[in-house]
Amino acid sequence: MALKFPIFMDAQSTTPCDPRVVEAMLPYFTEKFGHPASRNHPFGWEAEAAVDVARGKLAKLIGARDPKELVFTSGGTESINLALKGVAEMYREKGNHIVTTVIEQRAGIDVAKRLERQGFEVTYVPVQPDGLIDVEEIRKAITGKTILISVMFANNEIGTIQDIAAIGKLAKEKSILFHTDATQAVGKTPVDVEAMGIDLLSCTAHLLYGPKGVGALYVRRKGPRVRLAPLFDGGGHERGMRSGTLPVPLIVGFGRAAEIAQQSMAEENARITKLRDRLQDMILSSVDEAFLNGRPDRRLAGNLNISFAYVEGESVLMGLNKETALSSGSACTSATLEPSYVIAALGASAELAHSSIRFSLHRFNTDEEVEYVGQRTIEVIKRLRDMSPLYELAKEGIDLKTIKWKAE
Amino acid sequence: MAYSDKVVDHYNNPRNVGSFGKDTPGVGTGLVGAPECGDVMKLQIKVNLETGVIEDAKFKTFGCGSAIASSSLATEWLKGKTVDEAAKIKNTDIVNELKLPPVKIHCSVLAEDAIKAALADYKEKSASAAAPVASK
Repeated sequence: MALKFPIFMDAQSTTPCDPRVVEAMLPYFTEKFGHPASRNHPFGWEAEAAVDVARGKLAKLIGARDPKELVFTSGGTESINLALKGVAEMYREKGNHIVTTVIEQRAGIDVAKRLERQGFEVTYVPVQPDGLIDVEEIRKAITGKTILISVMFANNEIGTIQDIAAIGKLAKEKSILFHTDATQAVGKTPVDVEAMGIDLLSCTAHLLYGPKGVGALYVRRKGPRVRLAPLFDGGGHERGMRSGTLPVPLIVGFGRAAEIAQQSMAEENARITKLRDRLQDMILSSVDEAFLNGRPDRRLAGNLNISFAYVEGESVLMGLNKETALSSGSACTSATLEPSYVIAALGASAELAHSSIRFSLHRFNTDEEVEYVGQRTIEVIKRLRDMSPLYELAKEGIDLKTIKWKAE
Repeated sequence: MAYSDKVVDHYNNPRNVGSFGKDTPGVGTGLVGAPECGDVMKLQIKVNLETGVIEDAKFKTFGCGSAIASSSLATEWLKGKTVDEAAKIKNTDIVNELKLPPVKIHCSVLAEDAIKAALADYKEKSASAAAPVASK
């Protein structure tokens, strides 16, 4: 099969909509355009029914007992904001302490920082070099004032899947609410809010082949019944937790995407894992001093994150970006101009954080694409190392740590 | 971020990649930046000891595309200049030539630092090479 360029291997930033998802959504833009809160005519009934069906499909995917436990939002960022701020405000009289981790995505970290400025205390549990959070570290961080534990399900950079069930068990034992940012996990790896003891779960449609602009927050109704202060006031939609007209077409798409994910996850993960492993073997067998980031055996199927010593990440992407979409933990590719705090938190040197490249594969990648991307990556790394002063010094046997660098 | 055509050209066809022996007479070496900052440039000049003209220049850079382009351009500009003329190259000249956006200005600053460091190294070496002769 002929390759089509550019090749997309940045599926942890977003995924293309599955054509079946688009097909499901289309009627809800035109003929079925009703407002689901319009209780007195068929347009409203039709829209409400469609939202209920979607809610049911998503509930099934994450093992929720009752579809009403799902609150639709604009996406992962809003869900995380609603979970953390909503709990903080509602349970403030109970305590002011939150336990989270250093590897949460930007939204998780930034909401926690804002809560700190508002007088909450936040403990950021460190991560082990393999990308896994030690549940005992969470236990140690808990105080009598802890009202919430928030730990991401699967990491957006290194794909490491945390021991969510163990954290859920700990939270139950201590009667503390447990939120997980599962934006990267839902639809990619089995999620079961009941079996895993999850009280709040954030997810988003666009990472599971659904549309951008819609997400959901799972809010447990029983054992315990979680209450949340809403982020904004209005018509009291979504059980008062999220006012605003529901984006029916997007929700329908989200539901369809969840349904497809549930049906195809096992078979799809096996296929994507094979592609990912092929890419990993190709690269690691032909490039020296390339280091796999994150624990290999607890990883999302499509994730491959490698630090290539002596070359800077953006320059690698630049060598490939006409033909392949990837991402890097390099400072130059981030909005904040800081290198990846996730890779840095693993204990790697800052240089290796600048040198990290994330390949994230998806449903529509092919064997041919993997062969091509692997080959081109190897070529680009070799070319850049030939012009790297660090590689030259290392080859001369000089330990880079012994050099007194003249930084700007 | 889209790159300017000139940055892309220097990235795809870097001029003067390589190294001179550090101890070769007339060679000045500048090594600036730091790995943890994501940018390291090594820039070398080879000066004709009789005329004081830079006959050749080479670089190796660890850094983003704009850092590679800035150092590649610097080697191009250095060739044929006298040591004094070379000292007048400013980072703003590099910014203008490569149309670097504000977030990439530090790449041009680093290139100017690399030029200065190479010139200083050359001067220091030629002074110490001359010194023993003068003292005898």
